[in-house]
Amino acid sequence: MKGIQAFFNKNGLVLSLFLLGAVGIWILLLIILPQLFMLDFSFRYNLPPAEIGGPMDVYTVENYRYMIFGSVNNPDAFNVVDVTVFLRTIAAAVFVTLFDLAMCYPIAYYLAHEARGGFGRLMVLSLIVPFWVNEILRAFAFRILFGSTGVINNFMLWAGLTDQPIDFIREDIAMYAGLGYAYILLMVFPLYNAVESLDRNQIEAARDMGASWWRIHWRVIIPYAKPGITSGCTMVFMLSAGALAAPQILGGPSSLWFTQIIYQWFNTGGNWPRGSAYAVILLGACIVFVLLMMKVFKVRLGEIAR
Amino acid sequence: MSANVELQNVWVKFGPFVAARDINVNIKGGEFFSFLGPSGCGKTTLLRCVSGFLEPSEGTVSIGGQDMGGIGPNKRPTALIFQNLALFPLMTVWENITFALEVRGAGKAERRKRADELLELIALPGQGDKMCSELSGGQRQRVAIARALCAEPKVLLLDEPLSALDLKLRQHMRSELRAIQQQVGITFIYITHDQGEALTMSDHVAVMSDGVIEQVGDGNTLYNNPATAFAASFVGENNPFEGRVEAVDGDYAVVDTGSGRLRARLHSGAEPLRAGDKSIVFVRPEALKIVDGDAAQWDNTVEGHVMKEEFEGSLWHVTLSGYGGAPIRMSVINERQSLGHAAGDSLSVGFRADMAVALPHGPMAAE
Repeated sequence: MKGIQAFFNKNGLVLSLFLLGAVGIWILLLIILPQLFMLDFSFRYNLPPAEIGGPMDVYTVENYRYMIFGSVNNPDAFNVVDVTVFLRTIAAAVFVTLFDLAMCYPIAYYLAHEARGGFGRLMVLSLIVPFWVNEILRAFAFRILFGSTGVINNFMLWAGLTDQPIDFIREDIAMYAGLGYAYILLMVFPLYNAVESLDRNQIEAARDMGASWWRIHWRVIIPYAKPGITSGCTMVFMLSAGALAAPQILGGPSSLWFTQIIYQWFNTGGNWPRGSAYAVILLGACIVFVLLMMKVFKVRLGEIAR
Repeated sequence: MSANVELQNVWVKFGPFVAARDINVNIKGGEFFSFLGPSGCGKTTLLRCVSGFLEPSEGTVSIGGQDMGGIGPNKRPTALIFQNLALFPLMTVWENITFALEVRGAGKAERRKRADELLELIALPGQGDKMCSELSGGQRQRVAIARALCAEPKVLLLDEPLSALDLKLRQHMRSELRAIQQQVGITFIYITHDQGEALTMSDHVAVMSDGVIEQVGDGNTLYNNPATAFAASFVGENNPFEGRVEAVDGDYAVVDTGSGRLRARLHSGAEPLRAGDKSIVFVRPEALKIVDGDAAQWDNTVEGHVMKEEFEGSLWHVTLSGYGGAPIRMSVINERQSLGHAAGDSLSVGFRADMAVALPHGPMAAE
């Protein structure tokens, strides 16, 4: 109670009400309520409008059962298609996350401790400017780049690296590249923030005591940057697991992304309860991933928000 | 194990800016050597050259007779203690101390044992499992020393490590550092702008200004026989009298200053002064005496008006306004006499020619 009173005294009545109202609406109306509705949906049957609220409208775990075991006529032990796509999506998102981490850590370190003046700013700018371009456009640009008559294939044919075009789209390489590229900034900036605040003298002290570059990073810089690494990884993982545009545009014809299945249930399938159940499963998986990351890296939630 | 450190014709240039020009120093193995100078004089630059974080633009740095050119800081037999200590915040005290052993692949049991020995040396036994943030400023200071010593360097480099401590702790750490140096017997190179630190701890001190070494010597030499105008004005208090040399006879010169003709000793090492050269005569406050009776018995006398008298117990500090209003500071030993001059009283002070030194004209230290 005291805290609230102090908050009002400090900011005045109008500003306090605005802050509380804005944050309250943001969290309650835009985040919690829709998710609760979604959760509620996911435990219901897909009924025609006339029967909603009628005797048939009861809670059920049918949609979750379907996700795991498939339809009642399914001859397999479990829902092979959906479970495989789900696991493949999670694994691919983990891969994209690790790829971004491996690529962004050196960039962030360079920006924070090596780049001087104008060149560093130019580098940051050239990281940001491509994101002024719309996400869909960027995905199509990648399609052009990776297409069978695209720039990359043409170059490889010209250079004699291959004698026939490689189907980057079917091999999902275009999709990984697109996803990896789409969330690079969300990895670079948390890493940069974390690495930048490290006292340079600590790097020099470790070096002075004979440490190799590898050990300096492993023992001094990475432990210090852990909150930034966790923060970047969780964001990239969540967004790539939940991405729709890049898999839709860049994914091969035979490979589905889990979000595409959710989209199909909502849209073409017209089965909102089942789509909701699938979405809740994806959300649950993402939360488990975040908690796992925090556990593995021994980072508290407050440190991620730093 | 200690090693001598030799800097030969070392120049350091950053673009057009020259941070160190033609530095020649020979630091003997096992001595406590200080670089003393105001901030920006180039002393930290020299330390970085010795530690290997900076390659001199010209000249050589050798340690133990071996040229260090092209050898990185991780391969040199030196350990550096940073101004802000740079302890690793996410490691415990003992992990911090034995980081150098960890680098060399020593096992945990060996590292713990060595940590305990070093904690004993720095009088922090049993504190190895704490985090550095749980220690006080003075304790962190000692952990940084132990961490550097653990690398078993032949030369320990200290970059103003006491500047973050409060005055009392700083004075205590001076004697502690000196004691540790004598115990481990390695070469210490110490950087400071605090002349008290430099003079009390060091065997030899190099006074630096604007990238140049003005003078190297022990504390006594620097104080009693300054070689340049900068050294004379930077180390201790000194009263300058600027003028032109009128005549030189033997080891003495007569300099015509605004305060009259002053006779002063010449410094043997400095460039020789000739009649007509610009010169500054320096006199320490304690060399000045109030002229009482016959002025002719003094080699030199100077007139001034009393500005203030301050009583400090063992000493009186008297400030006079001399020629052109320049302050003349003198200290008078308390012999239960009462001085009792009023401000504005005119006073005549005298000093012996061998207590003053005439040096070539040159830049003086800023007040």
